Amino acid sequence: MSPSTTDVVVTGLGATTPLGGDVAGTWDALLAGRSGVSRITEDWVQEFPAQLVARLAADPMEQLDRVRARRLDRSQQVAVIAAEQAWAESGAADAGVAPERIAVVFGTGIGGALTLLGQDDVLEQKGPKRVSPFTIPMLMPNGPAAAVGLAIGARGGVHAPVSACASGAEAIRWGLDLLRFDRADVVLVGGAEACVHPLPMAGFAAMRAMSTRNDEPERASRPFDKGRDGFVLGEGAAALVLERADSAAARGARVHARLAGAGATADGYDLVAPHPEGEGAGRAITAALRDAGLSPADIGHVNAHATSTPVGDTAEAAAIRSSLGEHALVSATKSQTGHLLGAAGALESVFTILALREQVVPATANLDDPDDDAAVQALDIVRREPRKVQLTAAVNDSFGFGGHNIALVFTTA
Amino acid sequence: MASTQEIQAGLAEILEEVAGVTPADATPEKSFTEDLDVDSLSMVEIATAVEDKFGVAIPDDQLANIKTVGDAISFIESNQ
Repeated sequence: MSPSTTDVVVTGLGATTPLGGDVAGTWDALLAGRSGVSRITEDWVQEFPAQLVARLAADPMEQLDRVRARRLDRSQQVAVIAAEQAWAESGAADAGVAPERIAVVFGTGIGGALTLLGQDDVLEQKGPKRVSPFTIPMLMPNGPAAAVGLAIGARGGVHAPVSACASGAEAIRWGLDLLRFDRADVVLVGGAEACVHPLPMAGFAAMRAMSTRNDEPERASRPFDKGRDGFVLGEGAAALVLERADSAAARGARVHARLAGAGATADGYDLVAPHPEGEGAGRAITAALRDAGLSPADIGHVNAHATSTPVGDTAEAAAIRSSLGEHALVSATKSQTGHLLGAAGALESVFTILALREQVVPATANLDDPDDDAAVQALDIVRREPRKVQLTAAVNDSFGFGGHNIALVFTTA
Repeated sequence: MASTQEIQAGLAEILEEVAGVTPADATPEKSFTEDLDVDSLSMVEIATAVEDKFGVAIPDDQLANIKTVGDAISFIESNQ
C-alpha cells in the first residue's frame, strides 16, 4: 500500500477542557456559547497586568486514582484522562491489536512547568534532598506522551512533537504518517497543556501577548474583533484514535471522520511574530489540501487558530483567504476555551471533526465588531449562533512560536 | 523511641500515602518490589518520609539492602 492511498479514519475522541470534563460536555458548552474564562483570585495575581485564565472544568485529581495522580504532572494527568476516554470510545483495546502495533504521538507546548517550578520552590526552601524523585519524569516534555503510552500499553513507539502551540496538531500529522508508512495499526494522538502558574503568565504578559480585559473575563478572548488585546491562557488536553479505514471497518468501529491530509511549513521569518501575510500558514493549508486531493472549493469550514492577538488573527485571515478563498465558514473557538497552547490543535481538531459529524459550525464568541483588516472583512466568520450547514470537508490550522504551521484536512466519514 | 508496632503502623501509613498500599498488606514479610509493587523512585520517597516521621536517615547504600517491610522496621528500630 503506498502512503498516499492509505485512508485514515478517526475512531475515538477524548477531551478535558475549560468547557467540560469530556468531549460531550465540552461540545455542548461550546454550542451553547458558554465561556471557560474566569478571573484569577489568588493573591499572587495582584501585580499582574493579565489576570485571566481558562481553568479545567473538571478537577483531574477527581478523575484519576490518587496514587496514580501524585506521580503525574498536571499536564500528564490531563493527557491520560483525554487519552483514556478516546481509547475506551474507540474500542481498540478489545480489537486484539498487538501492543507492538500501537503507537502514541502526544505533544505539549510547555510540558511539566508546574513540577519544575514547584520543585524549584522545594529546592530553595528545603534543599536538594527534598526534591521529589519524580521531578524529572514529571517535567520532561515527553512526559504526557510517555504517560499515555503506559496507560494504553503502546509498544509500537511513543513520540512527543514539540512545536509550541502547534504541538497538538503536529501530533496528529505524525500519527497520519505512522499509519501511512505502516509503522503502526492504531495511533493515539493528541496534545496536553497545564501551566497556569505565575511564571508562564508573567512571561506571556511580558510579551504583551495576553488579554488584560480583567473586568470582563468572558469577553476577553475575542478573535478577529477590533477590540481584541491578546489571548487567555487555558489548560486541558484532547486525544484522537487514528487507524486505517480498512481495519476500522473490519472490526466494525464507529468512524467519526476521515483524516484526509496534512501540511506542515515553517515561516522562516521571525522567532515569535507571524509573517504578516500568513505566507507560511497559507502554504501549510495548500499543502494539506494537495495531500488530501481536494481543492479550495471543497473546504466548507475552517476551525481557525485565531488566538485573539492583534497580529496573529489578521495574518491568519490573510492565509485563509489566499489559500482557500472567502467561502469557508470560519470559527474561532478559543473565544470560549481560551488558548490551550500545545493542546489547542488537538482540541480544535476534535471540534472540526464534530462539526463534520454533526453538520454544525460553532460560533465565534465576542466577535461584536470585526477588525477593519481586508481579509477579516472578506471571510465568513460565524458569529452569535452556531450555523447548521452541509459540510464534506474542513480544515483545522495551528501555529506555534518558532514559525511552525500545521494544517489538517478532515472529511466526513 | 517508637515501639515495633508503632513503627509498623507508621510505615504502613507512609506506604499508603506514597504507593497506595492497603495498610493491612504492609506486613513484615512483604517485599516492597515483589509483593507491594513499590518502584525504586517510590522507595526514595518512602525513605524521605521515614526520616521525617522517625528521625532516621537511610543512607543510599543501606536503602538498597532494605527489601522487605521487616527490613525497614529493623533498620528504623536499630537506628532511632
